[in-house]
Amino acid sequence: MRRLVPVAAATIALLALATPALACGGLIGPNGAVNLLRTTTFAGYHDGVEHYVTAFAFAGGEGEFGSLVPLPDVPTSVERGGDWTLQRLVLETEPQLFLAEDALLAAPAGRAEVLMEVRIDALDITILRGGGPEVGAWATEHGFRLPPDAPEVLDFYANRSPIFMTAVFDADAAAARGQAVGDGTPVHLTIPTDDPWVPLRILALGKADAEVVEADVYLLTDHRPALLPDPGAVFGTDGMALLHSARANDLLLDDLRSDKGMEWVPEHAWLTKVRVNGSAADIQFDLAINAHGGAPSAVDAGFAPYGPAPVPWQIPTAWVVLTITAGLPVLGMWIASSVSRGRGTPPLAGA
Amino acid sequence: MRHGGTGPRLVTRAVASLVAAVLIGACSAAPESVRIEIVIRYSAFDPAQITVPRDVPVTFVLINEDPIEHEWLIGDAAFHARHRTGTEPHHGERPDEVSIPPLATAETTLAFSQPGELSFICHVPGHEAYGMVGTLVVR
Repeated sequence: MRRLVPVAAATIALLALATPALACGGLIGPNGAVNLLRTTTFAGYHDGVEHYVTAFAFAGGEGEFGSLVPLPDVPTSVERGGDWTLQRLVLETEPQLFLAEDALLAAPAGRAEVLMEVRIDALDITILRGGGPEVGAWATEHGFRLPPDAPEVLDFYANRSPIFMTAVFDADAAAARGQAVGDGTPVHLTIPTDDPWVPLRILALGKADAEVVEADVYLLTDHRPALLPDPGAVFGTDGMALLHSARANDLLLDDLRSDKGMEWVPEHAWLTKVRVNGSAADIQFDLAINAHGGAPSAVDAGFAPYGPAPVPWQIPTAWVVLTITAGLPVLGMWIASSVSRGRGTPPLAGA
Repeated sequence: MRHGGTGPRLVTRAVASLVAAVLIGACSAAPESVRIEIVIRYSAFDPAQITVPRDVPVTFVLINEDPIEHEWLIGDAAFHARHRTGTEPHHGERPDEVSIPPLATAETTLAFSQPGELSFICHVPGHEAYGMVGTLVVR
């Protein structure tokens, strides 16, 4: 069995070589000078609490710039995340990389309400409650330069959950702390909520329709979750793919549980990995999760009338397998019956 | 990304054009002044097609419902070519160049002496490409 220490060492090497860009949310940089690379996010759900772990790493820029992340509910804590949770998940679901080495409410009217302020390394985190205009105004007043699609996207989220996290990254402070460009600061939010969802549309904020949105989303749930849109459906969703869906092994759960703030990881869980790789025009929805296996909420996914995209017409793979399995014997019996009748039927007169 | 073209918006545009056309054509005497409201929401002008009479003062009421700053600059192709590469952070000294702060309303009055077509555009970086463009026809 692999041990955690070699895993951690390999993770560091992996970061140096592959740099799985860790960041999250819609990035608002001064004059677009900062680039957001692939996003890696982890959403664990256990005992009615979502544990949302993401990391912020920015590729370039000076001074301050920030990120805006919609949340499904009000977090009870925002703290520095563990050091290896995201990287450990990358290794778990992309073993070829490991081997190569060893071969991530109602809104008050008026102004946005500041619910929480936390400083983590060079990040200033603020949790806000408010409608789209209020949160947008707060962001503008605090130096965020919002792109032209921001008003619509903020309403898209605020109409369903008026909770947002802003993260302002002080590049100068980071440099003073010895952080290099590309270093990620993991942030762990604990969010009691009925059903978790992961914001995806925000990743397309400020992008032109043809620009690519890339993200890896890891889910750890008690049971196999139902997702909307379903990346594993027979006719999948443009821009989404189900890369991993299996019961999490004990080694992975032990490793995750040993990271900072991850004591909640249960004894048994299901690990899912969804890759988002589509054009900004395609990513007009979020990822709704029903951790109990029932139908995920179209509202949580932001489909029409809450967003521009209609609910997709998808057939779960399980139904297709079931239909084929049940249909084959019936089809076989029908064919056999037809053949039998054909043999027993005399030719038509004159044939 | 752009998501416009809603039904109510089209209706509003049609009504605005119709009102302006009535003002121009229904009476033999030109109106003394015209007042037109332009709502800016989700980084789009509504209405984006306007027709006005020439030699009549037109007051544009620019209502910015967005939490971000916008501009309303009106002129011909050469005027906009100049502003695309301009560096002025704010406008307001000239009636054809207006900056509208977030969630605010601005007014400006102009008279157009020559018949023809002009464009009104928001020249905040990225906004024109996003679709913040409208057309004003002077008859």
